[in-house]
Amino acid sequence: MDSLQSYLTIAAMLFSMGIYGVVTRKNAIAILMGIELILNSANINFIAFNRFGGMQNLDGHVFSIFVIVLAAAEAAVALAIVINLFKNVGSVDVDDADLLKG
Amino acid sequence: MSNLSSLSYYIPELIMISAILLIIILDIIPSTKSYTFNLALASIVASSFFLCQNYGESHSLFMGMITLDPFSHYFKYIFLFATCSIILISRFDRQLDRKYASEYNALLLIVLLGLFLMSSSVNLLMIYISIELVSIPSYILAGMLKNDKESNEASLKYVIFGSLASGLMLFGLSILYGITGSTDISGISSALQIIEFPLTIYFPLILILAGFGYKISMVPFHFWTPDVYEGAPTPITAFLSVAPKAAGFAILIRIFYTMFTVGGISEGAVTLDGINWPALIAVASAITMTLGNLLAIQQKDVKRLLAYSSISHVGFMLMAFVFISPEAVRAIMLYLFIYLFMNLSAFYMAIFASNKLNAHVIDDWKGMGKINPILSAFMILSLLSLTGLPPTAGFVGKVYVFAELFKHQQFYWLAVVAILNSVVSLYYYFSIAKAMYLDEVDTPVEAVEAHPVIKWSIILFSAQNLLFFIYWEPLIEFIDNSIHLFGM
Repeated sequence: MDSLQSYLTIAAMLFSMGIYGVVTRKNAIAILMGIELILNSANINFIAFNRFGGMQNLDGHVFSIFVIVLAAAEAAVALAIVINLFKNVGSVDVDDADLLKG
Repeated sequence: MSNLSSLSYYIPELIMISAILLIIILDIIPSTKSYTFNLALASIVASSFFLCQNYGESHSLFMGMITLDPFSHYFKYIFLFATCSIILISRFDRQLDRKYASEYNALLLIVLLGLFLMSSSVNLLMIYISIELVSIPSYILAGMLKNDKESNEASLKYVIFGSLASGLMLFGLSILYGITGSTDISGISSALQIIEFPLTIYFPLILILAGFGYKISMVPFHFWTPDVYEGAPTPITAFLSVAPKAAGFAILIRIFYTMFTVGGISEGAVTLDGINWPALIAVASAITMTLGNLLAIQQKDVKRLLAYSSISHVGFMLMAFVFISPEAVRAIMLYLFIYLFMNLSAFYMAIFASNKLNAHVIDDWKGMGKINPILSAFMILSLLSLTGLPPTAGFVGKVYVFAELFKHQQFYWLAVVAILNSVVSLYYYFSIAKAMYLDEVDTPVEAVEAHPVIKWSIILFSAQNLLFFIYWEPLIEFIDNSIHLFGM
């Protein structure tokens, strides 16, 4: 299991699962979970490339730390928005948010 | 340049950062709460003053994370102007809650800081951080009306589409990092020149285009645009339709010209061997303007109509991006500048209509020509400009884009699509004009005056459309001096 290919495979699987989750789920929280999967698949890519790609510096590692921080910031804002929606609409289902269309 | 010596070139941003922190502190103390508006405006004026100080210089700052060059300067002026105007207008908007005024101003300044970084970042990490720094406060701003269901929904859709697009872009960046082994865009560029299998670049290229395409609302990453524009508070809609879009184009130009071309922005530059991204952009441009225009026709809500019109304008700007030459970049930069004025004045008119007359759909605008004749006349000027008819600046912008298309003698089909689209856009822009002047009103109308700030903003911004039709040479000269990207 100690090769670039296996890490990239896992990352690609996580990425696909994330996209699948975003596209198919109706629950806003589940959609956000899908987005987290996508971000983490990118993190795995960065670290695997840095570890096996023969890079001289730690750019990939640094990148993934920043991504983790930003993902947390994004999740905080997104969850606040979902809570606010729940207060006003009474549901976190994205299909119930259908006022804007046309 | 090392971190400490970079700080002396970083004064505009530092002023903004301190203003943001000060506003948050002043907001807590009840007696100083009312000063935050003045502080926000003062910080913008101060940072534009310091920005002018080092105009024309090119430096690489913070160990090559961001750069200072005339190209980013040009965009920074646009951001400062747009943010300043929006902060001013928002104070007199009735839709927004006064209670959150300081938070609102602080968030706008954070977005402004992010826009500054977006226009000047040259490192994949900085690109990702700056895009998030623009996006995350924008999600909050779109949902600023906490008890309004439409505003809630707009921010939910914005946050879902936004984080999905930035996730896709991040995955693309990680692949690009793996292929080239560098996070610096000039390092990536030199690694890509000698790449063995150019076809592998398509995958990260399309994913990165998803991230930038979402920022400029390019089809097929435009789905959020109409919903967010309709649901968000109107001043925020006006802001989102110009500033992040300009930043999106700045970063698109910088990244694509640096990484995916041989020769950069100079005359005679070509795309990387085996990667035909201009064809991709050409198709996206044609679909973007056609879809934007066709969907705009059936819209009843004025904000939603302007949202689709902004999508079709993006299509027009992308049309120039198909060609790799300094003139193409000049055409985009000119178009963005003109678009800023015509779009802001149209949105300010929508603010006036919704504040004073509670008019949201086009039918509510009936008799506007009698209710406020002066502003209606200037609105017609903005609509003419948005359509691209002479004698307005919108015409000048379109002429430069078309000139680029005919000069290169490629993609003639794109020119046909664009001309057909201009005709279509005439129809829906003038359905607003028709409602304002020609439609019969059942009830007697009485004159309604706009707030002086909103009134003069509309008049001045619309008047720019005439000014730049008659006298655009200085603007072109300024843009020509600004097309100097760092390291090219």
